[in-house]
Amino acid sequence: MFSYTIFIMLLPLLSFLVLGLAGMKMQHKVAGLIGTCSLGVVTILSYLTAFQYFGADRVDGVYQTFVPYNFTWLPLGNLHFDLGILLDPISVMMLIVISTVSLMVHIYSFGYMHGEKGFQRYYAFLSLFTMSMLGLVLATNIFQMYMFWELVGVSSYLLIGFYYPLKPAIAASKKAFIVTRFADMFFLVGILTFGYFVDSFSFSFAGDIVMGQGTTPFIESNMAKAVTAGGFIIPTALVLMFIGGAGKSAMFPLHIWLPDAMEGPTPVSALIHAATMVVAGVFQIARMFPLWIQYAPEAMSIIVWVGVFTAFYAAAVACAQSDIKRVLAFSTISQIAFMMVALGVSLPGHHGAVLDNHAQLGYMAGMFHLFTHAMFKACLFLGAGCIIHAVHSNEMALMGGLRKYMPVTHVTFLISCLAIAGIPFFSGFSSKDEIITACMAYSPVVGWIMTGIAAMTAFYMFRLYYGIFWGTENVEAHTHHTPHEAPLSMTVPLIVLCVITCGVGIYTTLGGFLGWGGSFGSFVSAAGTDYTIHFDAQVAATSTIIAILSICLATYIYKGESQPIADRLYKTFPKLHRAAYKRFYQDEIWQYVTHRIIFRCVSTPIAWFDRHVVDGTFNFMAWGANEAGESIRPWQSGDVRQYAVWFLTGTVALTLILLCI
Amino acid sequence: MIPIECYFALSALLFFIGVYGFVTRRNLIAMLISVELVLNAVDINFAAINRLLYPGAMEGMFMTLFVIGVAAAESAVAIAIIINVYRNFRSDSVDAIQNMKR
Repeated sequence: MFSYTIFIMLLPLLSFLVLGLAGMKMQHKVAGLIGTCSLGVVTILSYLTAFQYFGADRVDGVYQTFVPYNFTWLPLGNLHFDLGILLDPISVMMLIVISTVSLMVHIYSFGYMHGEKGFQRYYAFLSLFTMSMLGLVLATNIFQMYMFWELVGVSSYLLIGFYYPLKPAIAASKKAFIVTRFADMFFLVGILTFGYFVDSFSFSFAGDIVMGQGTTPFIESNMAKAVTAGGFIIPTALVLMFIGGAGKSAMFPLHIWLPDAMEGPTPVSALIHAATMVVAGVFQIARMFPLWIQYAPEAMSIIVWVGVFTAFYAAAVACAQSDIKRVLAFSTISQIAFMMVALGVSLPGHHGAVLDNHAQLGYMAGMFHLFTHAMFKACLFLGAGCIIHAVHSNEMALMGGLRKYMPVTHVTFLISCLAIAGIPFFSGFSSKDEIITACMAYSPVVGWIMTGIAAMTAFYMFRLYYGIFWGTENVEAHTHHTPHEAPLSMTVPLIVLCVITCGVGIYTTLGGFLGWGGSFGSFVSAAGTDYTIHFDAQVAATSTIIAILSICLATYIYKGESQPIADRLYKTFPKLHRAAYKRFYQDEIWQYVTHRIIFRCVSTPIAWFDRHVVDGTFNFMAWGANEAGESIRPWQSGDVRQYAVWFLTGTVALTLILLCI
Repeated sequence: MIPIECYFALSALLFFIGVYGFVTRRNLIAMLISVELVLNAVDINFAAINRLLYPGAMEGMFMTLFVIGVAAAESAVAIAIIINVYRNFRSDSVDAIQNMKR
């Protein structure tokens, strides 16, 4: 039924190979068209998959899991590494997100990267990334997920360092790669721990995944192993995997790579560092959710508190940044933390193993926010790209008053800001509201903290909005040329993403108020059953009022030509502003820990040992062999007569010896 | 009748002339001739011992013929090699081909 899904992965791979190997011989336009067309087909196939999948009949009210392909790639005794395609509600939902945003970014890049050196290479890397990301979400087991997880890391590295002649780009790409690799080490250890003790790499103990059908029950010995391992091993393995996910999803304190990753081209930031790759950690938690719920419910509080702290920290830093892409980057970190919290708070209630209502709510809300956030944050980043394209700078100080020059960008940016701020009838409202409701049910403290962070979100987004589109026009910066609206290839993706944001928002908000069925919860939910979203009127009202209040505050402070209040605040708390601007010195702390402590106290002695003792031993052996060779080398003179003399002497000597005996 | 010691003396003389020539001559052809001398010295021994000590047997004669055959083949191969060496090095001196060891 879903045999065509293999093309969803093969087509981007193919276009990566074609563009990577032959791209440099192509015209820019041809290379871009190849990448975009193959992605267009992938998008169509993804939508077809979603249509067929969600159209298929449920069994006992649960969406079935389909495995169109699965083959054993590497058997290792009882363990085996499989490669395949797994279709279930979250992977199908991710297919939609990835293919939509990726297609929009492909189209947008025609305008944004126009005439750029290495245009073909750029499209090749985009294809590589899309392939890896699709492989990650379609993986049938943890190990396949890990392989593609590393592949997205590589493509992220390649794309951040796209402008490789620039030093900051190189440094940022290295930083991103090393930090995520460091976190992935924990992920790998977690996977191996899990595989060693449970003898399986599957996502759940429901059973091994077999091609052509859903799952087959585990054999008994595995089940017994799982039960013994359940006490301590599985939570440990899960927490180790979560550290990997936290690295990819930029959770505190492993978030340091994401703001720097903004050195890459802006469409790349939209695709990789806002919409898809950075939510891989969230996706991983969602994937392992049955295990978390069943074997490590206590450990989920780690996810909650890491998420809460990250959300707060990133929101605080975002309030003080002046680079528009950095503001968006910290806002991304904060929003991903919202998703993490949502997953963390979906503990089972006191009904035993059966998932109760608010357990479902958190999971559903996290996935829903992932979906809506991908759309409006991609839109915000692409809008920021248009602005950078027009102003040739990332600094907010050089902008201001752009609303006259860039109407389309202005409107789409405003709509996305309203969505992220959580205003009703925009998609962010529905999903964020569900998250806060779930948090309230988990613990009122978490709920109120998250409400406060949502207010901060509204504040810093509108600070950004007013800073770019209102305020004083920086005439000096416009002397070369006045800013102009971006070309059609760049504005169309903005409009498409905006329409999705509004459409989803209106549909779910109205549906929530009027109690329609068929919203996000009926597609994706923890148990796979139809989950109807009920608005909690109190939470919805509170968060809406708070969001509107903070937008008003931002308007009051930042809308005017001059900003006396902001200046006065800045003068009153210069240290606080400086600390927030410097991201509370997180990079410096890491720098200190790695360079001063780890490098100096651990790495330097080890390096000395390696260079002098290990290398010394082998160098000595090589020197000995060399000397021995040199000393017997003259024997092999190549002079035949000399050999003959030696031969004769030897023979004579032997004869004499034999005669004497 | 010539006493057997004379044959031995002749063959020993021929053998050491051959060895001396092999060790001292630089010319490849001369070295080949020296090897032939060594082989012929051995042949004389075979024939003489067979004829004088074991007149009824024929094995020594066969061995002589066999060695002559092998020597013919060997010189054919050796001359082929020498011609190739000459073509490549433009020299028939054994010193010229010392770098063959590399």
